[in-house]
Amino acid sequence: MYKYFPHTEEDLQEMLKAAGAKSVHDFFDDVPEATRFKREYELPEALSETDLRLFFEQLTAPANTQPLICFAGAGCYDHYAPSIVQNLIQRSEYLTSYTPYQAEISQGTLHYIFEYQSMIAELTGMDIANASMYDGATATAEAAMMAWGNAKKANCVLMSETVDPKVRRVVETYAHFHGFPIKLVPAEGGVLDRKALDKALAEGGVAGLIVQQPNYFGIVEDYTGISDAVHEQKGIFIVNANPSDLAILKTPAEWGADVAVGEGQSLGIPMTFGGPGVGYMACTEKLMRKLPGRIVGQTLDNRGQRAFVLTLQAREQHIRRQKATSNICSNQSLMALYVTIYLSLMGKEGLREVAEMSYAGAHSLRDKLIATGKFKDTFPGQPFFNEFCVDYEGDLDALLDECTASGYLAGVKVGEKTLMLAVTEQRSTEEIDELVEIIQQFKEEEAKA
Amino acid sequence: MNRTLYGNLIFELSKKGRKGYSLPQDYDRTHTTAELPATLRRKEAARLPECDELTVVRHYTNLSHNNFGVNDGFYPLGSCTMKYNPVINEEIAGLKAFAGLHPLQPAVTCQGALEVYYNLQVSLAELAGLSEFTLNPCAGAHGELTGLMVIRAYHESRNDVRTKVLIPDSAHGTNPASAAVCGLEVVEVKSNANGTVDLEDLKRLIELEGPNIAAMMMTNPNTLGIFEPRVLEITEMVHKAGGLMYYDGANLNALLGECRPGDMGFDVMHINLHKTFSTPHGGGGPGSGPVGVRKGLEKFLPTPRVKKVVVNYDLPEDGPTEWEGFIVDWGQSESSLGSVGNFFGNFGVMLKAYAYILSLGSENIKHVGQLATLNANYIKERLKGDYLLPIKGLCKHEVVFDGLADKSTGVTTMDVAKRLLDYGYHAPTIYFPLLFHESLMIEPTENESKETIDAFIDVMHKIAEEAKTDPEMVKTAPHNTPIGRVDDVLAAKQPVTTYWKSKQSS
Repeated sequence: MYKYFPHTEEDLQEMLKAAGAKSVHDFFDDVPEATRFKREYELPEALSETDLRLFFEQLTAPANTQPLICFAGAGCYDHYAPSIVQNLIQRSEYLTSYTPYQAEISQGTLHYIFEYQSMIAELTGMDIANASMYDGATATAEAAMMAWGNAKKANCVLMSETVDPKVRRVVETYAHFHGFPIKLVPAEGGVLDRKALDKALAEGGVAGLIVQQPNYFGIVEDYTGISDAVHEQKGIFIVNANPSDLAILKTPAEWGADVAVGEGQSLGIPMTFGGPGVGYMACTEKLMRKLPGRIVGQTLDNRGQRAFVLTLQAREQHIRRQKATSNICSNQSLMALYVTIYLSLMGKEGLREVAEMSYAGAHSLRDKLIATGKFKDTFPGQPFFNEFCVDYEGDLDALLDECTASGYLAGVKVGEKTLMLAVTEQRSTEEIDELVEIIQQFKEEEAKA
Repeated sequence: MNRTLYGNLIFELSKKGRKGYSLPQDYDRTHTTAELPATLRRKEAARLPECDELTVVRHYTNLSHNNFGVNDGFYPLGSCTMKYNPVINEEIAGLKAFAGLHPLQPAVTCQGALEVYYNLQVSLAELAGLSEFTLNPCAGAHGELTGLMVIRAYHESRNDVRTKVLIPDSAHGTNPASAAVCGLEVVEVKSNANGTVDLEDLKRLIELEGPNIAAMMMTNPNTLGIFEPRVLEITEMVHKAGGLMYYDGANLNALLGECRPGDMGFDVMHINLHKTFSTPHGGGGPGSGPVGVRKGLEKFLPTPRVKKVVVNYDLPEDGPTEWEGFIVDWGQSESSLGSVGNFFGNFGVMLKAYAYILSLGSENIKHVGQLATLNANYIKERLKGDYLLPIKGLCKHEVVFDGLADKSTGVTTMDVAKRLLDYGYHAPTIYFPLLFHESLMIEPTENESKETIDAFIDVMHKIAEEAKTDPEMVKTAPHNTPIGRVDDVLAAKQPVTTYWKSKQSS
């Protein structure tokens, strides 16, 4: 038999006999003959553990899979995490359990989700957070549906053009099928166009507005007064914020948000080719019962001990079916644990230090790139955090290829001439200088020749 | 599992001035965040814990001891397929080269990762009997939603307005919820006395709703663990009415080696990699919910797509050159339903699933369904005296009882479930499916040995006995767990969902 199958021949015979069957095939007698699968699967033959390791070693050889020195962001950031985080989340009691339906033997999971909710609430300034969402994009889409469901009379949800286009596409996809229009509020000079917003609000019927902070281009936007304007229309204000930057930046609650969402990958989660990360979602107490997903609450057990339990479940699919606030069931619980342990270690000061270093690195890189004479600010004078856009005068693709060849991922191309770069605390001054040097030395004509 | 409550919260272990990290100090400090206008900065620092490393290590280690996982013991949670999560898969998913990949880096620098991604898509298509898969969805319900979007995009492409979806009353709660999120109206199909789809009711509903039917969602074997024997008639009826058939892959494990959804006439399905393909449930994710479609529906799948391509170059020195490899296609075609996530799904989870498929290989995968089914039928036969078996006949990978056979002492399914915790087992799924009042749904998976199952059966018999001799003790179970039964009403009535709120209320 196989290593994951414990059945010996003797076991098989005894169990078949007890179950009143002659062969395991008897259990499938009710499957119509026409649908029976009668050939072998066209899949590789079993690999021994040794061969499996070898196979993946080859796939991860530098010629096949090569992590680059990362100056790219666009929703996925290369941050540091203490070694112990990965180690702790691999503990099998966390890893091999499921949703904590049985509170009596799941206090480990329930405790950390409660801690996670507390930390997200604290970072965003909101009253309540759920146990996590799939990612930042789907969390934003859920927020849009929450706005739509909350509105009495509305004909659209507004979304700023400065929201990450990948997130926008997900929100638009969900909205299209759910059955409400998303109206895009245009940007001017890299930030939300306030006049356009005023106009859109004046037209009425607005269920909510979605903005991003820092926005897609890395700009820290000033959202003063927007919350009031949206509330005046009885809409809700949704802020998609990078939680790592919230160590420093004004919180969604301080901007007057009703719902805060975002991607938690920036809280030390490895990039892993884009997933798993974790979406977070938090809101005001007023909207608590409209929040999708799992929520953990504090209570007492019958021995008088403080205990934690899944609560407010009347919102959820397994109780309410089609009337649930969302269809979400599994979320990204283990990644929420990752974030919780990360934030426990980094703490109040660590997260600030990460933010300071990332800010300092990005601004230093921007200065050095401008100093090469090959770049201009895409959005001059706009404040940014650890990500920014510059325009390149030459052939941007050729430049990026050159950087890749030298082992650098020099950012993400966001326009014909526009390059968006991100810096985290992981990027040393030497790496920043070397990237600038590669760019400085790059001569297009030679590359072409 | 430690049966004493550990109980602390990390905030309670915090002391000002402690830290659990170390960062380089030699960086260029020309710029600081003080440059940002005050209106853009938060007023007060976030009250995150301040702890040294060992405190954090012990806290999360001690907390874990109050948790029960598959590695601790038998976890017969029906519908969740709590199979063994092979450790080698974790090792592979943890390889540094994968962990350090940015999703937007050039394809030429990550061919190995894309090869895994692509080959997993192809392997799932073979196992499902369908044409193509997207791996973008992050969980089963996310897959359901994506699959329904495919179906709606298909009807839209034909300018065919269809707003209803047929769902059996035995379906998982996510089915109707996903339909609602996707803007569809649920039409419930009744089950017959055998627990399978009532074809008369289906016929009636099809006649009634005909051109409005976008799809029918089905789980097969259904949530009672019973194979829908008339599945071919059902798919034919729905297809005739112009609807598509959606297969909820939650119970796919039962069928590995025996039959494929595509061969039963399903058009769209999702697979839970965290069920059938052994990736850990992680306390509730991250999962992965790939969606497959039959031929003709590929163009509706969400973007981005990972593809195998052949590119022809004409290099000045080498002449025409052919490059065969893998790419991430971000192209937003007209027909695609759109996008359902930040990037292209939970790659870390896919690595584990692919490692599982390669480990088992074609010669072992084919036994998965048989052994899972054998285990379930064995349990069914041995428990059907003490526990009420509402539907006789074969089951597949799971079996549903309707509580104790003898209910005279008032011991409920909830009590039985709680008493199981005392004996070191996770409880089965309870009060689902909704067809019975006292549902107790047991799914053993193929990984459990006869000894484990026999010991569980003995305990189930013992609990049935206790229910007669000492019902109060069973009704007040568990007695031997870190905490006793919790006050759910208190939790919901005055919700305390953060540490700060907890401090206020204490």
